[in-house]
Amino acid sequence: MRSLLRTSSPLRGSGLLRSPEAGSLVRDSSLVWLASGIVGVSFGAISVAGGLPVWVPVLMSLVVYAGSAQFSAVAVLLAGGGPLAAAATGLLLNTRTAAFSLAVAETIGTGRATRFLGAHLVTDETVAFALAQPDPQRRRRAFWISGIGLFLVWNVGVLAGALAGRALGDTARYGLDAAFPAVLVALVLPALRADATVRRCALLGAALALAVTPAVPAGVPVLLALAGLFLHRRPAGAAV
Amino acid sequence: MNATVAMILALAVGTYAFRLVGPLLHGRVTVPARVQELASAGAIVLLVALLATGALTEGGGFAGWARPAGVLVGGVLAWRRAPFAVVVLGAAATTAVLRLAGVA
Repeated sequence: MRSLLRTSSPLRGSGLLRSPEAGSLVRDSSLVWLASGIVGVSFGAISVAGGLPVWVPVLMSLVVYAGSAQFSAVAVLLAGGGPLAAAATGLLLNTRTAAFSLAVAETIGTGRATRFLGAHLVTDETVAFALAQPDPQRRRRAFWISGIGLFLVWNVGVLAGALAGRALGDTARYGLDAAFPAVLVALVLPALRADATVRRCALLGAALALAVTPAVPAGVPVLLALAGLFLHRRPAGAAV
Repeated sequence: MNATVAMILALAVGTYAFRLVGPLLHGRVTVPARVQELASAGAIVLLVALLATGALTEGGGFAGWARPAGVLVGGVLAWRRAPFAVVVLGAAATTAVLRLAGVA
C-alpha cells in the first residue's frame, strides 16, 4: 500500500498526461488558464501602472500565488494604506485556503514533497475543479493538471503584464470578471444538484456573505458564509 | 522598499501556512468522518459565497448589471449542462457585449 502510494507521486511515473482522461481535464482547465492568464496580465499591468517596480507583482505572484489577495494587497499599497495593512488584508482573504486545503488534503496525495508542493497550488479555481471530478483518481489528476498549469500561466501572465504596462487597456472590457464566478457556478453545480443539505448550507452562506459585504473588510464575508454549515445536520444518533 | 519585501514575505508565509493545514494534518491526525464531511461541505459553501459576492459586488458595493447578467447566462448554460467552454465564454461574452452597449 505504502509503495503503491509512493509511485503515484503526481509528477513522475504516474502517466499523468498520457491517460485518456487527461485530455478532457486539460481541455477544461485550459479555459481557466486562459482567463487567469489575462487576469494575471492585468494584475501585472495595474501594479506597474500604479507606480510599483516590476519585481513587486512578479515576486508576489510566485510566492503568494493568490489572485484576490494579491489584488487587494496591491490596492492597499497603492492607496497608501501601508505594508502592514496590505499584508493583513491579503492574509484575511487567504484564510479560506486553510479550509480548502482540508477539503483537498486527500486529493493532493501523500509523500513529503507532494504535500509541500501541492499545498502551494491550493487556489479557489483548482480546488473547485478537483472537487467537481467524480472519483478520487480523477480528482487527483485534475488537481495537479489544473494546479501546475494555473501556476505557470498566472506567473507568465503577471510578468508579461508588468513588462507591457498599460498597453492592454481596461480588461473589464473582455468580461473576464464574469467568467470567474461563472466558472465557479459550473464547478459547484453538480455538488449542489446532488446534495440538498449542502445546497441549503450554501444558500444560507451566500446570503450571509452578501448581506455583510458592505459593512465588513474584504475576506470576512466569505468566511462568515461558513456559518451556513449550521444547517448541516448531524447524522441521526451521532454524538456531539 | 524593504517594507514592501517584508509585506510580500509575510503574506507569502502566512498564506502558505494556511495552505499547509490540510496536507499536514492529513494522515497524522485521524480526522473524524463528521469533520471530513463538514470540510467538503464547507468548501462548497465557501465557493458558492465566493461566486455570489464575486458576481454581485465590487469593493463593498454593487458590481453593476453587466457582470451578474453574464454570470446568470453562464449559470443557465451550466444548468442546461452546456460544455464548460460554452459556460465560460457565454458569461464573458454577455458581459463584454453589455459593456460595449453601455451597460455598466
